[in-house]
Amino acid sequence: MDVKVLGSGCRNCLNTAEIITAKAAELGVPVTVEKVTDFAAIAGYGVMRTPGVVIDGKVVHAGGVPSADDVARWLTGA
Amino acid sequence: MDMMQRLAAMEDRLGPGGPAVLVVGALVAWAGIYVQLGPLADGVVALTPLDPASHNGAALRFFVYDAPKVLMLLVLVVFLMGIVRSFFSPERTRALLSGRAEGLGNVLAAGLGVLTPFCSCSAVPLFIGFVSAGVPLGVTFSFLIAAPMVNEVALGLLFGLVGWQVALAYLGFGLTIAILAGWTIGRLGLEAWLEDWVLALKTEATAAPAIDMTPRARIGAGIEAVREIVGKVWPWVLGGIAVGALIHGYVPQDTMVSVMGSEAWWSVPVAVLLGIPMYSGAAGIIPVIEALIGKGAAIGTVLAFMMSVIALSLPEMIILRRVLKPRLIAVFVAVVGAGILAVGYLFNALFG
Repeated sequence: MDVKVLGSGCRNCLNTAEIITAKAAELGVPVTVEKVTDFAAIAGYGVMRTPGVVIDGKVVHAGGVPSADDVARWLTGA
Repeated sequence: MDMMQRLAAMEDRLGPGGPAVLVVGALVAWAGIYVQLGPLADGVVALTPLDPASHNGAALRFFVYDAPKVLMLLVLVVFLMGIVRSFFSPERTRALLSGRAEGLGNVLAAGLGVLTPFCSCSAVPLFIGFVSAGVPLGVTFSFLIAAPMVNEVALGLLFGLVGWQVALAYLGFGLTIAILAGWTIGRLGLEAWLEDWVLALKTEATAAPAIDMTPRARIGAGIEAVREIVGKVWPWVLGGIAVGALIHGYVPQDTMVSVMGSEAWWSVPVAVLLGIPMYSGAAGIIPVIEALIGKGAAIGTVLAFMMSVIALSLPEMIILRRVLKPRLIAVFVAVVGAGILAVGYLFNALFG
Protein backbone atom coordinates (compact mmCIF):
# COMPACT_ATOMS: atom_id res chain seq x y z
CA MET A 1 0.00 0.00 0.00
CA ASP A 2 1.35 3.41 -0.95
CA VAL A 3 0.79 6.04 1.74
CA LYS A 4 1.72 9.71 1.45
CA VAL A 5 1.59 12.12 4.38
CA LEU A 6 1.18 15.71 3.17
CA GLY A 7 2.53 18.48 5.36
CA SER A 8 5.31 20.97 5.83
CA GLY A 9 7.07 18.85 8.45
CA CYS A 10 5.17 20.14 11.46
CA ARG A 11 4.86 18.00 14.56
CA ASN A 12 1.34 16.83 13.68
CA CYS A 13 2.59 15.61 10.30
CA LEU A 14 5.39 13.59 11.91
CA ASN A 15 2.93 12.14 14.44
CA THR A 16 0.56 11.18 11.64
CA ALA A 17 3.30 9.32 9.76
CA GLU A 18 4.32 7.52 12.95
CA ILE A 19 0.76 6.45 13.75
CA ILE A 20 0.32 5.03 10.25
CA THR A 21 3.65 3.17 10.33
CA ALA A 22 2.92 1.71 13.77
CA LYS A 23 -0.65 0.70 12.90
CA ALA A 24 0.47 -0.94 9.65
CA ALA A 25 3.09 -2.95 11.52
CA GLU A 26 0.49 -3.96 14.10
CA LEU A 27 -1.97 -5.08 11.42
CA GLY A 28 0.71 -6.69 9.28
CA VAL A 29 -0.15 -4.54 6.25
CA PRO A 30 2.87 -3.85 4.03
CA VAL A 31 3.10 -0.09 3.41
CA THR A 32 5.51 2.51 2.14
CA VAL A 33 5.04 5.80 4.00
CA GLU A 34 6.35 8.86 2.21
CA LYS A 35 6.31 12.42 3.57
CA VAL A 36 5.43 15.05 1.00
CA THR A 37 6.65 18.48 2.11
CA ASP A 38 6.64 20.33 -1.21
CA PHE A 39 3.83 22.90 -1.13
CA ALA A 40 3.22 22.68 -4.88
CA ALA A 41 2.76 18.91 -4.60
CA ILE A 42 0.47 19.31 -1.59
CA ALA A 43 -1.61 21.89 -3.45
CA GLY A 44 -1.77 19.47 -6.38
CA TYR A 45 -3.82 17.12 -4.22
CA GLY A 46 -6.25 19.95 -3.45
CA VAL A 47 -5.48 19.69 0.26
CA MET A 48 -5.82 22.93 2.25
CA ARG A 49 -5.38 21.57 5.74
CA THR A 50 -2.33 19.65 6.86
CA PRO A 51 -1.50 16.97 7.68
CA GLY A 52 -3.21 15.29 4.75
CA VAL A 53 -3.15 11.56 4.05
CA VAL A 54 -3.16 10.06 0.54
CA ILE A 55 -3.56 6.31 0.12
CA ASP A 56 -2.93 4.78 -3.30
CA GLY A 57 -3.40 8.19 -4.90
CA LYS A 58 -6.65 9.04 -3.11
CA VAL A 59 -6.97 11.77 -0.45
CA VAL A 60 -8.58 10.16 2.60
CA HIS A 61 -7.89 12.79 5.24
CA ALA A 62 -7.05 16.50 5.64
CA GLY A 63 -6.46 18.50 8.81
CA GLY A 64 -5.38 17.22 12.19
CA VAL A 65 -3.84 13.98 13.40
CA PRO A 66 -6.11 11.07 12.39
CA SER A 67 -7.33 8.66 15.06
CA ALA A 68 -5.86 5.16 15.21
CA ASP A 69 -9.30 3.77 14.34
CA ASP A 70 -9.44 5.82 11.14
CA VAL A 71 -5.95 4.68 10.18
CA ALA A 72 -6.91 1.04 10.75
CA ARG A 73 -9.98 1.53 8.54
CA TRP A 74 -7.89 2.98 5.68
CA LEU A 75 -5.26 0.26 5.92
CA THR A 76 -7.73 -2.60 5.90
CA GLY A 77 -9.80 -0.97 3.18
CA ALA A 78 -12.93 -1.31 5.31
CA MET B 1 -12.60 8.14 20.20
CA ASP B 2 -13.35 7.17 23.81
CA MET B 3 -15.00 10.54 24.31
CA MET B 4 -17.45 9.97 21.46
CA GLN B 5 -18.21 6.54 22.88
CA ARG B 6 -18.92 8.09 26.26
CA LEU B 7 -21.25 10.64 24.64
CA ALA B 8 -22.95 7.78 22.78
CA ALA B 9 -23.38 5.81 26.02
CA MET B 10 -24.94 8.88 27.59
CA GLU B 11 -27.35 9.16 24.69
CA ASP B 12 -28.40 5.54 25.30
CA ARG B 13 -29.07 6.24 28.94
CA LEU B 14 -30.70 9.66 28.76
CA GLY B 15 -32.37 9.48 25.36
CA PRO B 16 -31.47 11.50 22.25
CA GLY B 17 -31.43 14.76 24.23
CA GLY B 18 -28.87 13.39 26.69
CA PRO B 19 -25.75 15.22 25.51
CA ALA B 20 -27.68 18.50 25.22
CA VAL B 21 -29.04 18.07 28.77
CA LEU B 22 -25.51 17.44 29.97
CA VAL B 23 -24.18 20.57 28.22
CA VAL B 24 -26.92 22.75 29.73
CA GLY B 25 -26.20 21.27 33.16
CA ALA B 26 -22.48 21.94 32.72
CA LEU B 27 -23.18 25.55 31.67
CA VAL B 28 -25.33 26.14 34.78
CA ALA B 29 -22.64 24.64 37.02
CA TRP B 30 -20.05 26.79 35.22
CA ALA B 31 -22.02 30.00 35.92
CA GLY B 32 -22.57 28.96 39.55
CA ILE B 33 -18.87 28.51 40.20
CA TYR B 34 -17.90 31.58 38.17
CA VAL B 35 -19.93 34.05 40.24
CA GLN B 36 -18.41 32.62 43.46
CA LEU B 37 -14.77 33.08 42.38
CA GLY B 38 -14.35 36.44 44.12
CA PRO B 39 -15.44 35.28 47.61
CA LEU B 40 -13.49 32.03 47.11
CA ALA B 41 -10.30 33.97 46.37
CA ASP B 42 -10.82 36.19 49.42
CA GLY B 43 -11.28 33.02 51.48
CA VAL B 44 -8.04 31.52 50.20
CA VAL B 45 -6.09 34.72 51.00
CA ALA B 46 -7.68 34.79 54.48
CA LEU B 47 -6.32 31.28 55.10
CA THR B 48 -2.75 32.58 54.72
CA PRO B 49 -1.01 34.80 57.27
CA LEU B 50 -0.65 37.50 54.59
CA ASP B 51 -2.26 40.89 55.00
CA PRO B 52 -4.64 41.35 52.01
CA ALA B 53 -3.49 44.97 51.74
CA SER B 54 0.21 44.07 51.52
CA HIS B 55 2.14 43.55 48.26
CA ASN B 56 2.31 39.81 48.81
CA GLY B 57 -1.35 39.61 49.74
CA ALA B 58 -2.43 41.62 46.67
CA ALA B 59 -0.28 39.47 44.38
CA LEU B 60 -1.69 36.25 45.85
CA ARG B 61 -5.28 37.50 45.63
CA PHE B 62 -4.71 38.47 41.98
CA PHE B 63 -3.40 35.00 41.17
CA VAL B 64 -5.96 32.86 43.02
CA TYR B 65 -8.79 34.95 41.57
CA ASP B 66 -7.59 35.34 37.99
CA ALA B 67 -6.15 31.88 37.34
CA PRO B 68 -9.44 29.95 37.73
CA LYS B 69 -11.41 32.82 36.18
CA VAL B 70 -9.28 32.95 33.03
CA LEU B 71 -9.18 29.17 32.64
CA MET B 72 -12.96 28.91 33.05
CA LEU B 73 -13.57 31.65 30.49
CA LEU B 74 -11.15 29.96 28.10
CA VAL B 75 -12.93 26.63 28.40
CA LEU B 76 -16.32 28.24 27.77
CA VAL B 77 -15.30 30.36 24.79
CA VAL B 78 -13.21 27.64 23.14
CA PHE B 79 -16.02 25.10 23.61
CA LEU B 80 -18.66 27.37 22.05
CA MET B 81 -16.29 28.34 19.21
CA GLY B 82 -15.54 24.65 18.58
CA ILE B 83 -19.26 24.04 18.07
CA VAL B 84 -19.67 27.10 15.81
CA ARG B 85 -16.62 26.07 13.74
CA SER B 86 -18.06 22.60 13.15
CA PHE B 87 -20.43 24.35 10.71
CA PHE B 88 -17.52 25.69 8.62
CA SER B 89 -14.60 24.24 6.66
CA PRO B 90 -11.86 25.79 4.49
CA GLU B 91 -13.33 24.02 1.44
CA ARG B 92 -16.74 25.51 2.00
CA THR B 93 -15.27 28.97 2.71
CA ARG B 94 -13.24 28.76 -0.48
CA ALA B 95 -16.34 27.90 -2.49
CA LEU B 96 -18.09 30.93 -0.93
CA LEU B 97 -15.22 33.29 -1.76
CA SER B 98 -14.21 31.99 -5.17
CA GLY B 99 -14.69 34.60 -7.89
CA ARG B 100 -16.16 37.01 -5.35
CA ALA B 101 -15.72 40.72 -6.19
CA GLU B 102 -13.47 42.80 -3.97
CA GLY B 103 -15.10 44.99 -1.38
CA LEU B 104 -17.93 42.71 -0.30
CA GLY B 105 -15.52 39.80 -0.79
CA ASN B 106 -13.09 41.34 1.71
CA VAL B 107 -15.83 41.80 4.29
CA LEU B 108 -17.05 38.23 3.83
CA ALA B 109 -13.48 36.87 3.95
CA ALA B 110 -12.67 38.65 7.21
CA GLY B 111 -15.84 37.31 8.84
CA LEU B 112 -15.22 33.79 7.57
CA GLY B 113 -11.61 34.08 8.75
CA VAL B 114 -12.90 34.24 12.29
CA LEU B 115 -15.35 31.34 11.90
CA THR B 116 -13.39 28.87 9.77
CA PRO B 117 -11.19 26.37 11.59
CA PHE B 118 -7.64 27.40 10.82
CA CYS B 119 -4.21 26.40 12.03
CA SER B 120 -1.23 28.62 11.27
CA CYS B 121 0.72 25.56 10.09
CA SER B 122 -1.84 25.26 7.26
CA ALA B 123 -1.47 28.91 6.21
CA VAL B 124 0.50 28.16 3.05
CA PRO B 125 -1.60 25.27 1.68
CA LEU B 126 -4.69 27.33 2.43
CA PHE B 127 -3.24 30.38 0.69
CA ILE B 128 -2.40 28.33 -2.40
CA GLY B 129 -5.76 26.59 -2.31
CA PHE B 130 -7.60 29.91 -2.25
CA VAL B 131 -5.55 31.79 -4.86
CA SER B 132 -5.33 28.90 -7.31
CA ALA B 133 -9.11 28.44 -7.17
CA GLY B 134 -9.81 32.03 -8.17
CA VAL B 135 -10.23 33.75 -4.81
CA PRO B 136 -8.81 37.26 -5.43
CA LEU B 137 -5.44 37.93 -3.77
CA GLY B 138 -6.75 40.81 -1.62
CA VAL B 139 -9.73 38.74 -0.46
CA THR B 140 -7.38 35.89 0.46
CA PHE B 141 -5.32 38.33 2.53
CA SER B 142 -8.40 39.57 4.36
CA PHE B 143 -9.04 35.96 5.39
CA LEU B 144 -5.42 35.31 6.35
CA ILE B 145 -5.18 38.46 8.49
CA ALA B 146 -8.51 38.02 10.29
CA ALA B 147 -7.99 34.33 11.08
CA PRO B 148 -5.15 34.66 13.59
CA MET B 149 -5.88 38.20 14.77
CA VAL B 150 -9.50 37.91 15.83
CA ASN B 151 -9.26 34.61 17.63
CA GLU B 152 -11.58 33.24 20.24
CA VAL B 153 -8.89 33.06 22.90
CA ALA B 154 -8.03 36.77 22.59
CA LEU B 155 -11.66 37.80 22.45
CA GLY B 156 -12.83 35.69 25.38
CA LEU B 157 -9.98 36.78 27.60
CA LEU B 158 -10.33 40.47 26.77
CA PHE B 159 -14.02 40.16 27.52
CA GLY B 160 -13.43 38.53 30.88
CA LEU B 161 -10.40 40.47 32.06
CA VAL B 162 -10.63 43.97 30.62
CA GLY B 163 -14.30 44.45 29.83
CA TRP B 164 -16.83 43.97 27.05
CA GLN B 165 -16.29 47.45 25.57
CA VAL B 166 -12.66 46.72 24.85
CA ALA B 167 -13.45 43.20 23.59
CA LEU B 168 -16.07 44.52 21.16
CA ALA B 169 -13.77 47.32 20.01
CA TYR B 170 -11.02 44.75 19.47
CA LEU B 171 -13.35 42.60 17.36
CA GLY B 172 -14.47 45.62 15.33
CA PHE B 173 -11.02 47.02 14.72
CA GLY B 174 -9.48 43.59 14.06
CA LEU B 175 -12.07 42.94 11.33
CA THR B 176 -11.60 46.47 9.96
CA ILE B 177 -7.83 46.03 9.65
CA ALA B 178 -8.32 42.68 7.89
CA ILE B 179 -10.87 44.15 5.48
CA LEU B 180 -8.96 47.36 4.67
CA ALA B 181 -5.51 45.75 4.51
CA GLY B 182 -6.80 43.00 2.18
CA TRP B 183 -8.65 45.52 0.07
CA THR B 184 -5.53 47.73 -0.21
CA ILE B 185 -3.37 44.78 -1.23
CA GLY B 186 -6.00 43.84 -3.81
CA ARG B 187 -6.10 47.42 -5.20
CA LEU B 188 -2.33 47.42 -5.62
CA GLY B 189 -2.58 44.52 -8.09
CA LEU B 190 0.36 42.57 -6.76
CA GLU B 191 -0.43 39.16 -8.26
CA ALA B 192 2.93 39.25 -10.06
CA TRP B 193 4.68 39.28 -6.67
CA LEU B 194 3.56 35.77 -5.89
CA GLU B 195 6.10 33.08 -6.51
CA ASP B 196 5.74 32.05 -10.15
CA TRP B 197 4.76 28.43 -9.50
CA VAL B 198 1.81 29.59 -7.40
CA LEU B 199 0.45 31.58 -10.33
CA ALA B 200 0.82 28.60 -12.62
CA LEU B 201 -1.34 26.39 -10.40
CA LYS B 202 -5.02 26.15 -11.13
CA THR B 203 -7.32 24.09 -9.00
CA GLU B 204 -11.06 23.72 -8.93
CA ALA B 205 -13.08 25.19 -6.11
CA THR B 206 -14.91 21.91 -6.13
CA ALA B 207 -18.32 21.81 -4.56
CA ALA B 208 -17.42 21.54 -0.92
CA PRO B 209 -18.48 18.29 0.68
CA ALA B 210 -21.53 18.99 2.83
CA ILE B 211 -20.70 19.01 6.52
CA ASP B 212 -23.20 16.55 7.88
CA MET B 213 -22.73 16.19 11.60
CA THR B 214 -25.07 15.08 14.33
CA PRO B 215 -25.56 17.44 17.30
CA ARG B 216 -23.64 14.87 19.31
CA ALA B 217 -20.67 15.13 16.96
CA ARG B 218 -20.73 18.93 17.17
CA ILE B 219 -20.66 18.83 20.97
CA GLY B 220 -17.82 16.35 20.61
CA ALA B 221 -16.03 18.87 18.35
CA GLY B 222 -16.43 21.51 21.07
CA ILE B 223 -14.96 19.20 23.73
CA GLU B 224 -12.16 18.24 21.37
CA ALA B 225 -11.34 21.95 20.79
CA VAL B 226 -11.15 22.52 24.55
CA ARG B 227 -8.91 19.52 24.98
CA GLU B 228 -6.61 20.63 22.19
CA ILE B 229 -6.45 24.42 22.72
CA VAL B 230 -6.87 24.81 26.47
CA GLY B 231 -4.78 21.65 26.96
CA LYS B 232 -1.99 23.40 25.09
CA VAL B 233 -2.18 26.98 26.36
CA TRP B 234 -2.92 26.53 30.07
CA PRO B 235 0.73 26.60 31.24
CA TRP B 236 1.23 29.86 29.29
CA VAL B 237 -1.91 31.32 30.78
CA LEU B 238 -0.85 30.43 34.33
CA GLY B 239 2.66 31.79 33.65
CA GLY B 240 1.16 34.97 32.24
CA ILE B 241 -1.08 35.42 35.28
CA ALA B 242 1.86 34.82 37.61
CA VAL B 243 3.79 37.60 35.84
CA GLY B 244 0.66 39.71 35.99
CA ALA B 245 0.38 39.05 39.74
CA LEU B 246 3.96 40.19 40.27
CA ILE B 247 3.38 43.39 38.31
CA HIS B 248 0.14 43.86 40.20
CA GLY B 249 1.77 43.53 43.59
CA TYR B 250 5.14 45.12 43.08
CA VAL B 251 5.64 47.43 40.10
CA PRO B 252 4.89 50.99 41.17
CA GLN B 253 2.22 52.67 39.10
CA ASP B 254 4.34 55.70 38.21
CA THR B 255 7.01 53.66 36.43
CA MET B 256 4.49 51.94 34.17
CA VAL B 257 2.62 55.11 33.33
CA SER B 258 5.79 56.91 32.27
CA VAL B 259 6.86 53.97 30.10
CA MET B 260 3.56 52.95 28.54
CA GLY B 261 1.18 55.79 29.34
CA SER B 262 -0.75 57.51 26.57
CA GLU B 263 1.31 60.70 26.80
CA ALA B 264 4.28 59.11 25.06
CA TRP B 265 3.48 59.41 21.31
CA TRP B 266 6.29 57.03 20.38
CA SER B 267 5.03 54.23 22.59
CA VAL B 268 2.62 52.86 19.94
CA PRO B 269 5.21 52.35 17.15
CA VAL B 270 7.67 50.95 19.69
CA ALA B 271 5.03 48.48 20.88
CA VAL B 272 4.39 47.34 17.28
CA LEU B 273 8.11 46.90 16.57
CA LEU B 274 8.62 44.97 19.81
CA GLY B 275 5.74 42.67 18.89
CA ILE B 276 7.07 41.52 15.49
CA PRO B 277 9.85 39.15 16.61
CA MET B 278 7.67 37.79 19.41
CA TYR B 279 5.50 34.82 18.67
CA SER B 280 2.92 33.87 21.21
CA GLY B 281 -0.67 32.88 21.33
CA ALA B 282 -3.00 35.53 22.67
CA ALA B 283 -3.54 33.50 25.83
CA GLY B 284 -0.05 33.91 27.24
CA ILE B 285 0.13 37.69 26.98
CA ILE B 286 -3.39 38.77 27.87
CA PRO B 287 -3.04 38.43 31.66
CA VAL B 288 0.14 40.53 31.42
CA ILE B 289 -1.82 43.03 29.38
CA GLU B 290 -4.57 43.19 31.95
CA ALA B 291 -2.07 43.90 34.71
CA LEU B 292 -0.35 46.56 32.55
CA ILE B 293 -3.66 48.31 31.90
CA GLY B 294 -4.53 48.08 35.58
CA LYS B 295 -1.28 49.85 36.35
CA GLY B 296 -1.98 52.74 33.99
CA ALA B 297 -0.47 51.60 30.70
CA ALA B 298 -2.43 53.08 27.77
CA ILE B 299 -4.84 50.55 26.35
CA GLY B 300 -4.16 51.40 22.68
CA THR B 301 -0.45 50.88 23.17
CA VAL B 302 -1.03 47.54 24.87
CA LEU B 303 -3.49 46.36 22.21
CA ALA B 304 -1.13 47.43 19.41
CA PHE B 305 1.54 45.32 21.05
CA MET B 306 -0.82 42.36 21.27
CA MET B 307 -2.03 42.64 17.66
CA SER B 308 1.55 42.93 16.47
CA VAL B 309 2.61 39.82 18.38
CA ILE B 310 -0.29 37.84 16.92
CA ALA B 311 -0.65 39.16 13.35
CA LEU B 312 2.91 40.15 12.41
CA SER B 313 5.10 37.28 13.44
CA LEU B 314 8.53 36.62 12.03
CA PRO B 315 8.07 32.82 11.90
CA GLU B 316 4.88 33.25 9.88
CA MET B 317 6.65 35.54 7.42
CA ILE B 318 9.35 32.94 6.93
CA ILE B 319 6.68 30.37 6.07
CA LEU B 320 4.85 32.79 3.74
CA ARG B 321 8.15 33.47 1.97
CA ARG B 322 7.65 30.07 0.30
CA VAL B 323 4.77 31.51 -1.74
CA LEU B 324 5.27 35.30 -1.67
CA LYS B 325 8.14 37.29 -3.09
CA PRO B 326 9.89 39.46 -0.47
CA ARG B 327 8.34 42.62 -1.91
CA LEU B 328 4.84 41.29 -1.25
CA ILE B 329 5.77 40.33 2.31
CA ALA B 330 7.06 43.88 2.83
CA VAL B 331 3.77 45.31 1.55
CA PHE B 332 1.85 42.93 3.82
CA VAL B 333 3.84 44.01 6.89
CA ALA B 334 3.56 47.70 5.98
CA VAL B 335 -0.21 47.63 5.39
CA VAL B 336 -1.06 45.56 8.46
CA GLY B 337 1.44 47.51 10.59
CA ALA B 338 -0.14 50.81 9.53
CA GLY B 339 -3.56 49.46 10.51
CA ILE B 340 -2.31 48.39 13.93
CA LEU B 341 -0.69 51.80 14.48
CA ALA B 342 -3.99 53.48 13.64
CA VAL B 343 -5.85 51.22 16.08
CA GLY B 344 -3.30 51.97 18.80
CA TYR B 345 -3.64 55.73 18.48
CA LEU B 346 -7.42 55.50 18.13
CA PHE B 347 -7.80 53.38 21.28
CA ASN B 348 -5.57 55.75 23.22
CA ALA B 349 -7.73 58.64 22.05
CA LEU B 350 -11.03 56.83 22.82
CA PHE B 351 -10.23 55.07 26.09
CA GLY B 352 -7.07 56.89 27.22
